[in-house]
Amino acid sequence: MKRLLLKGGRVLDPSRSVDGLYDVIVFGGKVASIKASDDQASPSEAETDAGWEGIDCAGLLIVPGLIDIHTHLREPGFEYKETIKTGTEAAVAGGFTTILCMANTEPINDNGSVSRFIVRQGHDLKLANVLPIGAVTTGFKGSQLTEMAELQEAGCVALSDDGLPITDAAIMRRALEYAKGLDLTVISHAEEPALVAGGAMHEGDVSTRLGLKGIPSEAESVMVARDVLLSELTGGKLHVAHVSTKGALDIIREAKKRGVNVTAEASPHHLMLTDHAVSDYGTEFKMNPPLRAGDDRAALRAAIKDGTIDTIATDHAPHSSIEKDVEFDSAANGVVGLETSLGVVLRLVDKGELTLAEVIRAMTINPAIAMGLEKGTLQVGRDADITIIDLNKEWTVEPENFKTKGRNTPFAGWKLKGRAIRTIVGGRTVFELIA
Amino acid sequence: MPDTFNRKDLLGIEDLSVEEIVKILGSAASFREVAERDIKKVPTLRGKTIINLFYEPSTRTRTSFEIAAKRMSADAINIAVASSSIKKGETLKDTALNLEAMSPDCIVVRHGSSGTPQMLARYLKCSVINAGDGLHEHPSQALLDMLTVSNRLGGIEKLDGLRILIVGDVAHSRVARSNILGFSKMGAHVTVCGPPTMIPVGIEHLGCDVNHDMTAAVKDADVVMMLRLQLERQAAGLFPSPREYAKLYGLDSLKLKRAKKDVIILHPGPINRGLEISPEVADGPWSLILEQVANGLAVRMALFYLLLGGVKDGISNANKSLNPDGVRLLNLR
Ligand SMILES: [Zn+2]
Repeated sequence: MKRLLLKGGRVLDPSRSVDGLYDVIVFGGKVASIKASDDQASPSEAETDAGWEGIDCAGLLIVPGLIDIHTHLREPGFEYKETIKTGTEAAVAGGFTTILCMANTEPINDNGSVSRFIVRQGHDLKLANVLPIGAVTTGFKGSQLTEMAELQEAGCVALSDDGLPITDAAIMRRALEYAKGLDLTVISHAEEPALVAGGAMHEGDVSTRLGLKGIPSEAESVMVARDVLLSELTGGKLHVAHVSTKGALDIIREAKKRGVNVTAEASPHHLMLTDHAVSDYGTEFKMNPPLRAGDDRAALRAAIKDGTIDTIATDHAPHSSIEKDVEFDSAANGVVGLETSLGVVLRLVDKGELTLAEVIRAMTINPAIAMGLEKGTLQVGRDADITIIDLNKEWTVEPENFKTKGRNTPFAGWKLKGRAIRTIVGGRTVFELIA
Repeated sequence: MPDTFNRKDLLGIEDLSVEEIVKILGSAASFREVAERDIKKVPTLRGKTIINLFYEPSTRTRTSFEIAAKRMSADAINIAVASSSIKKGETLKDTALNLEAMSPDCIVVRHGSSGTPQMLARYLKCSVINAGDGLHEHPSQALLDMLTVSNRLGGIEKLDGLRILIVGDVAHSRVARSNILGFSKMGAHVTVCGPPTMIPVGIEHLGCDVNHDMTAAVKDADVVMMLRLQLERQAAGLFPSPREYAKLYGLDSLKLKRAKKDVIILHPGPINRGLEISPEVADGPWSLILEQVANGLAVRMALFYLLLGGVKDGISNANKSLNPDGVRLLNLR
């Protein structure tokens, strides 16, 4: 097996507070060594040895492979929207080496055979690591717990009924309790359905002007408060998906201070956009939770800085034109995000709102910790999942060139700076940007 | 000033300039004259095809658009789509392209989902008129309300500084939104009134005040516009009972006593007698509710004329009296 030498790049690994010029050597699919870059040993020298493959990384950023803990791959059941193949192709093109996929497939991933199917597909593709999330309740019905141990054995790394909240507080309590025994995280899609009540966008000035039914911020924060308290009651590990409101952030921040076992994620679209984007009834701006007000967006950015938000996750949700080229009220919720997430979020670094380390931390070690994965680090001996980024690469978001089947992006036409140019999973290059 | 609009669609009052509103109302005033002739038909839009595409049942508005089209000699085709029969798997774009294949000159669309006429207009080459979209806008209704008030007061300039009170379920009313936008653009002072459950967040950004006390609010009003109460809102917790609603927000002779003597009362219809408006008020001398119906026809004729251009000769009679500003002619009464 060849040794891989990543020569002379800036290595940024927030898991070990490493940021500097290093040579990374990969062997046997693992990180073999990281040494201060030595100008004497040129990559060409290494390349002359048949046992070496050298990559000149001068001027490039080397980070642990990016992790997205919230994607919808749609297979089995909705292959016209996305397949595990197109979804993981999109993932590696966006710099992701590990993705977690939600259980709202058809059939729902509430049993081991569906989980094993997903794991096998992911494995055979040899692109990104595909780790399924199993359902919390059978059939997403919210009434009976799934066989969580069986799901875990089949490869599920977390549990969620994402797409739907677990409305029955007693079931949520038992889910957190039972999952605790397996050391599995329960991911909450936090919304109080009675307050959502058919709403199509954030409730505020814009929804009033557009005559669209609003979803108040409290539809989220009420449920986050409940779930945080239940996590506190049970000691179960809670992760709050796609936090979108200032109110929910305040609750999570306070809970973390008290030592509650809770983590949280924010999506690139909530970090970048507000409800004003909906002004022309563009269904590419319709998702759940909806785009919120400017205050909420500012609070989300601040929450990455102060650690209330642990991780950036895309909630990648591909849809076809059948779901999106329709009336706003009838349009499906969701946007794609795997191929744009990094570039979009790097804008916040460019604007000086977040540091590069904060962004990379939120996309590597933090999601790994939240989901209990031995990933997200370049520690010697760990899987060589590595993303090489050209921070100066300028590019334009062109949905027609996406690897995902979904064209439902709110970022079409955005001019971005910074892009993954090589994605390495287990020591193998699975994506290389062709210039 | 050209006689027609430099715009393809009429989607909402929000998009219109004051000048455009003046032009529409002026043109509508001329068409009121047509309605008073023995022969009510003008050949203006001969050969033009207008499709009334209604996804929501509506006798009044659809009939009004249909008669307007026929009086202008256009071919009017009605397509009623029950929302239950909207085919799954057909996108709005497919619908638009199917309609386009009939090569219409104008599509009048009403839809229960806000923004649908706007989406259709993006796909269609022909003109689109919004005949009411969800909770968003109902521009022809606001135009006819403005025409009715300015006719009564003797000129569109009289709208400036006027105090308009809109009472009822503003949250679920596209009529309210279009009227707030329209009257405030024309310089009127608009107040909305209703229980807090029916006043949506941020409504003041459309250009109005909020007052929850109708008895107090009615005193200053020159115009009181009563919105239709939908009884099914009771189940959603918007009001406890029709009885209490009528007591607080119904326009009865008791509240009317506090109003100005010459107050104008409007209602987009159909009326819930005894609920938002008591029978003696609805039938009283203050009410211009039937006048609204006649003006609706005139406004819709004006919209067709301005959007579709038409043959200039065809409207020459009406046109002769059409002041370039369209303003002074409003003294019809
Ligand atoms: Zn969700």
